[in-house]
Amino acid sequence: MTAARILVIDDEAPIRRFLRVALESDGHSVLEAATAREGLLAAARETPAMLILDLGLPDADGLSVLRDLRGWSAMPVLILSVRSDEAGKVAALDAGAQDYVVKPFSVKELLARVRSLLRDRNPTEAVPAVIDAGDLRIDAALHHVTQAGTALHLTRREFDMLWMLASNSGRLVTQSMILSTLWGPAHVEDSQYLRVFIRQLRAKLGDDASNPRYIVTEPGVGYRFIAGNDASLGDG
Amino acid sequence: MKPVADPRPSPAALLERANREGRGRLKIFIGAAPGVGKTWAMLDDGHREWAKGVDVVAAVIETHGRAETEAKLADLPLLPRKPVLYKNRALTEMDLDALLARHPTLALIDELAHTNAEGGRHEKRWQDVAEVLAAGIDVYTTLNIQHIETLNETVARITGVRVRETVPDQVLELADEIELIDLPPDELLERLKAGKIYPQDQAARAINSFFIKGNLTALRELAMRTAADRVDAQLREHMAANAIEGPWPTQERILVCLNDSPAAREAIRVAKRSADRARADWIAVNVTSARQHDFGEAQRDRISTALRLAERLGAEVATIEAEQDTASAILSYARARNVRRIIVGYPRRRSVLTRWLHEDVVQNLMRRAGSFEITVASQLDAQLDPTRTLTPLQRPTRRGLIEAAGITVLANAAAVLADNLFPVASLSLIFMTAVIIVASRQGNFPAIVASILGFFSFDFFFVDPRFDFTITDRSEVLTLGLFLVASLITGNLAARLRHRATVQAEISERTNKLYDFSRKVAAASQKDDLIWAVVSHVAVTLRCESLLLMPNASETLQIVGGFPPEDQLDVRDQMAAQYTWDKGEAAGRGSNTLPTARWYFMPLKTTTRRFGVLGIAFDDDGALLRLDPRLMEALSDQIVLALERLGLTEDLAATRLATETERLRSALLSSVSHDLRTPLVTIIGAAGSLTDPEGLPEASRRELAELIREEGERLDRYVQNLLDMTRLGHGALRPKLSAVDLAEVVGSARHRMRAILRLHPLTTDLPETLPPVQADPVLLEQVLFNIIDNAVKYSPEGSEISLSAKTNGSLLTLTIADSGPGIPLEDRDRIFEMFYRVEGGDRQRAGTGLGLAICKGLIESMGGSIRAEATWPNGTGTRIVMTLQIHAPAAIT
Repeated sequence: MTAARILVIDDEAPIRRFLRVALESDGHSVLEAATAREGLLAAARETPAMLILDLGLPDADGLSVLRDLRGWSAMPVLILSVRSDEAGKVAALDAGAQDYVVKPFSVKELLARVRSLLRDRNPTEAVPAVIDAGDLRIDAALHHVTQAGTALHLTRREFDMLWMLASNSGRLVTQSMILSTLWGPAHVEDSQYLRVFIRQLRAKLGDDASNPRYIVTEPGVGYRFIAGNDASLGDG
Repeated sequence: MKPVADPRPSPAALLERANREGRGRLKIFIGAAPGVGKTWAMLDDGHREWAKGVDVVAAVIETHGRAETEAKLADLPLLPRKPVLYKNRALTEMDLDALLARHPTLALIDELAHTNAEGGRHEKRWQDVAEVLAAGIDVYTTLNIQHIETLNETVARITGVRVRETVPDQVLELADEIELIDLPPDELLERLKAGKIYPQDQAARAINSFFIKGNLTALRELAMRTAADRVDAQLREHMAANAIEGPWPTQERILVCLNDSPAAREAIRVAKRSADRARADWIAVNVTSARQHDFGEAQRDRISTALRLAERLGAEVATIEAEQDTASAILSYARARNVRRIIVGYPRRRSVLTRWLHEDVVQNLMRRAGSFEITVASQLDAQLDPTRTLTPLQRPTRRGLIEAAGITVLANAAAVLADNLFPVASLSLIFMTAVIIVASRQGNFPAIVASILGFFSFDFFFVDPRFDFTITDRSEVLTLGLFLVASLITGNLAARLRHRATVQAEISERTNKLYDFSRKVAAASQKDDLIWAVVSHVAVTLRCESLLLMPNASETLQIVGGFPPEDQLDVRDQMAAQYTWDKGEAAGRGSNTLPTARWYFMPLKTTTRRFGVLGIAFDDDGALLRLDPRLMEALSDQIVLALERLGLTEDLAATRLATETERLRSALLSSVSHDLRTPLVTIIGAAGSLTDPEGLPEASRRELAELIREEGERLDRYVQNLLDMTRLGHGALRPKLSAVDLAEVVGSARHRMRAILRLHPLTTDLPETLPPVQADPVLLEQVLFNIIDNAVKYSPEGSEISLSAKTNGSLLTLTIADSGPGIPLEDRDRIFEMFYRVEGGDRQRAGTGLGLAICKGLIESMGGSIRAEATWPNGTGTRIVMTLQIHAPAAIT
């Protein structure tokens, strides 16, 4: 388990306290900040491995903190959002946040997200050429997918999409990320393509959208690959 | 009539007195001619009051440069006059507003008959005085006898000089006291010669024209009589108010008939004087008949002006429809209204032919009068042209003339044909037919043209010698002559028939519009719709511009609608509208108040409530004068009725809303206290045990922690519901609709609810081919969450919850069914109401009563519907059925 230094920016002291207890129990060390200003200062001075950011801060919008941060740092950012603020959540993802959890959240869920975000930071865990996820084996070099040993015939774009989701296993992949990577930046708005392709991919994987084993839809935001990942996410 | 036996004061007299309570007292100094010393006497009285310490202000005094008057004025407080610019001349007028603001006890206002410069609030000074009196200020004023409206004519006859500034007789009745300033004619003439009245040069001219001893004597007598009449009236009023018995005049009425007689104005004056003397009510009546529809606009204007004059002089005005002849209509009306005396204007001179063709109303009245007393007023109105215009010739159109010529040519062709086939046929009838056709299609002028053309072509082509205008046979001369006369008469009759038909059509169109108006206005259920219906229909019905003004929350009058839309009024119109609102009287153009405004305003009110002000404006004043008062009355009645009805429904809706709000408030309170506190009790209790875990087995600790989490989640859902409900209530929830795969949303809901679903398996039946729906994925997930959560709550552990969908035309039907106890039929609609919970006994876990209400709100905001059914025929199990719009592929970009 990787231990990292994590910065928490939230104005609510009880939430910071609870986050510290939870993160420290997982071996991480925690920096706390109650305002946007303190938070940005801490992020610059202490160079933490990742940031957990609350969108509603007293002195500034969490979004503006994120934009400021993205000017000079690529550290992973996990957003704490509330359910009624769908627009803020999407804006934060567009502004460069990697993932979000909706308050209230369980410790398990938070730790799983933190783990998947920190994974990239570890150079020894670079993306492998072959991903094993549950009964799926995805070979990047051969462009080959097998399900429980049976080969699946995917088109190039379906394969690319599956690879993109699976290599970010447990992490949120937004619609705009998929569209701009696979179709090009001009197609960021064409979520209808994506809907059709995801549907085809699910059909080939034998995945039931209403009871998914591999790909979960995050309504209005994007998708998350859950197979073979952390039990708290994969267990339906 | 039997004498009044009741010794109590008569109600009418008491009422009149009460009306005067709080009003200022009016004293009029009346004189027979200028220069008798009215102003001087008024100032003298003013001084006396001033000396007594009364707050006196000389509001306006015309000294006419007379030295003794000016001297008398010297030490009285004087109100500065208001400068007015009129036609580039600087004039000064009484400053009415300053006077009202200053509010003295007594105001001296000279020359009651004065006409204000254009642009003032009122046209006449007597209207200013009326307002001053209404404000509770006493007024002294002066008046010459020739300015009294009903005496105006008499004075003009005596002196040969007509004054245009007149004061209605009721103003005289307003006076609490009248003082006759009398000066024998000789003394007056002396004063005039001495230059005490006018400067010397003007005086000489005045002596020649007006100040003749004979005139002055007659005027003096008239003045004395007027004053005496008034004194008499006051005495009688006093007797009535104090219940003094006396020989009371029977309650008879006087009727004056207004037709297009040149003596109509005189008839009105006679009626007014008679009514005053007899202390009787009087009615001015206009009889409409089919013939009146032939009248030109000038005649109709004259009748409506006469009616207006009568109304101003205090008459009750009525219009009656003559079923047969005018005279019998008048007589039956008179009988119905207990009229004793009928006054008619002398009819205009008429030719033998018209006298024979049309009814002579006066003659008929006289003949059938019976016990009625008929008076014929004969003084012709100088302004009127005594000859009656014939049905005006319609202006010929080119089309009319072409048709006249064309039909005549056709008649010729037909005549040639007939001549060849049946040589004996009376060919002139063919031409006659042509004339009638032209007349009925194009009116009288083309008909005359056709008659003459027919005459000549008949002569030329068919009368021997043919192809020559000369006639040899004498009998043919007769035929031709008769043809011409007959064709002119029939042509004219046909044309008149056509005219009448057009007028009739206009009338029925107006009736239809009125009907249409009432229907539209009655149909409007929203205030804005009603306002729009009112202004647009008034504009269309009257062919004018229209405005509706209503007070806003802070009681200031503002425009709420206009047709064509208008949102600005100039100052004068604003003042007129405000006046109408404040006083409940018509004002603006064509009325007595602020007649220079562009708009005519009338109040929309009932006896107990006022609603607003309706404004109308025409391009020409004639149209305003011609407005049918009955139509106007009908329109305003309907508007008032509709406004009142709307007011009632609004009140009702407000009451219902208030009740509903009250119910929600108490429901919310009980919900918050129960649903918010119950989980907190568990959480605090469990957490308390956990902080001191000594002696607690590991399993119990785990269970307590689990309990805290569950209750926390429940609390979270509750808060989320409250938030969603608030957002729905404020319209802040705007769904972002897109094509949504139902299966995906089900998947994510299932993922989110996996803890809840542990004990209730969710089975889904979603066909592979299910098309995407038009929805907001986030909101739809929330709906599924709430419904499934609800199903879990109300169904036994381990029982299955099933979700299925199928297409149904352009809709997708989504059904979520549980096998719980079901919802009683009568509650199935109500479960979607806020804070409504089906009584389920204590064993049921309480819901918040918000979840389904939110679902309904969310589903409907996405254009869908939701309802509840029983899963099984025996009524058990609950099935929530939703419909959603299927996403139309065309919308994919």
